[in-house]
Amino acid sequence: MAPAVIAVTGLPAVINATAPTGPPAVALHAAEKTYPNGTQALLPVNLQVQTGEFLTLLGPSGCGKSTLLKIVAGLLLPSAGSVQRAAGSTLGFVFQEPTLMPWASVLSNVRLPLDLAGVPRSASVLLVQQALRKVGLQDFGAALPRELSGGMRMRVSIARSLVTEPKLLLMDEPFGALDEITRQRLDSDLLALWQAQALTVLFVTHSIYEAVFLSRRVLVMAAQPGRVVDEVLIDEPYPRSDDFRVSTAFSQHARRLQHSLLAASQTAS
Amino acid sequence: MTQRQWLWPAALAALLLGLWQALVVAFEVPVFLVPSPLRVALTLVEDAAMLFAALAVTMKITLLAFACATLLGVAVAFAFVQSRVLEAALFPYAVLLQVTPIVAIAPLIIIWVRDPTASLVICATLVALFPIIANTTLGLKSVDPGLLAYFKLQRATRWQTLWRLRIPSALPYFFGGLRISSGLALIGAVVAEFVAGTGGTGTGLAYQILQAGYQLNIPRMFAALGLITVAGVLLFAAMAGLSRWALKGWHDSEVVAEG
Repeated sequence: MAPAVIAVTGLPAVINATAPTGPPAVALHAAEKTYPNGTQALLPVNLQVQTGEFLTLLGPSGCGKSTLLKIVAGLLLPSAGSVQRAAGSTLGFVFQEPTLMPWASVLSNVRLPLDLAGVPRSASVLLVQQALRKVGLQDFGAALPRELSGGMRMRVSIARSLVTEPKLLLMDEPFGALDEITRQRLDSDLLALWQAQALTVLFVTHSIYEAVFLSRRVLVMAAQPGRVVDEVLIDEPYPRSDDFRVSTAFSQHARRLQHSLLAASQTAS
Repeated sequence: MTQRQWLWPAALAALLLGLWQALVVAFEVPVFLVPSPLRVALTLVEDAAMLFAALAVTMKITLLAFACATLLGVAVAFAFVQSRVLEAALFPYAVLLQVTPIVAIAPLIIIWVRDPTASLVICATLVALFPIIANTTLGLKSVDPGLLAYFKLQRATRWQTLWRLRIPSALPYFFGGLRISSGLALIGAVVAEFVAGTGGTGTGLAYQILQAGYQLNIPRMFAALGLITVAGVLLFAAMAGLSRWALKGWHDSEVVAEG
């Protein structure tokens, strides 16, 4: 396993100079995942997510990006290596699907993590209202999930992850099932939320354009076996407007990521 | 239910009853072979006191058995979901119970249990039990895996997962089981009464049918049969209504099509 560790740690050191300073929100030391049947879902990864950073994991299906995210969330245990999260940091997780309870109103769905944690109703009412306002759904509290569009359901899911006021937000291809226009809206709104709430976001996607638009830093991953192959800094100022999507800088970053993904897929066995 | 849903079946029923009446009158069919619908209706009015008292007895047994089957079935389903060993050990016996004809075991139960009402309720419960067990077990297991992962992520306790996730997810399946079992409870009650009826233990509708048969009182047989059928349909409709009320708005099977 040692050579793979070196390959990943040999990433450009300049990255950390531009990233926000402070203790890392997440630190992985040679964390890897091998299943009992021998499948290598993820080769050892060293990774530091800086507090306040927007970091994206980009790669094709089977590259271990969801596995990596689940290891950070504690949903999966690494088969070797270690994971550290900043002490006392709460965590929000947004899945690929909205995963809402179809029988419960938007209000009850957003309140769920508070109910599970035993927060009294008197305290949770305000938190739920605030979370719904953050995603622009303050008028839809009484609606049932089936009455909402796909994009709105995803907003409910994000509100549910924000209601516990987490510092770290983990998102697993949250907008993958949405149409392009809705996805762009939600990407922009997500960036605004990230800045306003001073969140640290670890975002998984297979869209190059989404990665460029959102991220300060992108880890490019490859499949068979799942591994991190490249690290790209998107050194563009925030806030990023829709004009950024059609700028020359945007397409240069996209090309850089495209080449990186192609090179990785060609070296794969 | 929309108007069209009951309008056409009702029209068909009126047509068939009219045809039946016309044929019986036209061919002068003797009343001890096939009575006319009007004759049956008259009998129903004349023997109302006796027939409705019998209906009350049958319905009491049916509802008691239905309640027992629901409570027992749900309890067994919960046990199955909590313990795989228990399910593996007991499920074959639940199937065994389901495939054994009630007519074959009813005489035994009637001999063993001396209280006539209790023995009939036990028989009908056995008939109605299986759909509740099978459907509720399936429902408690049919949880959205994404939501289950979310509950795990939020460190939900076993109790919270059961109460907030598994039970609501199981409701559509449970109501499906209720609908099937309500009819089966009635069938079970009538069959058990038939078996017990000759022993003079029963005064329910099945007993009335048997008695009427001995006396060649065919119109009364038809009237009693009609009462059983109507009771079964009403029971089913009540369960369907309950299901619609409980699941309205969120479950695909009960969402009213829009536009």
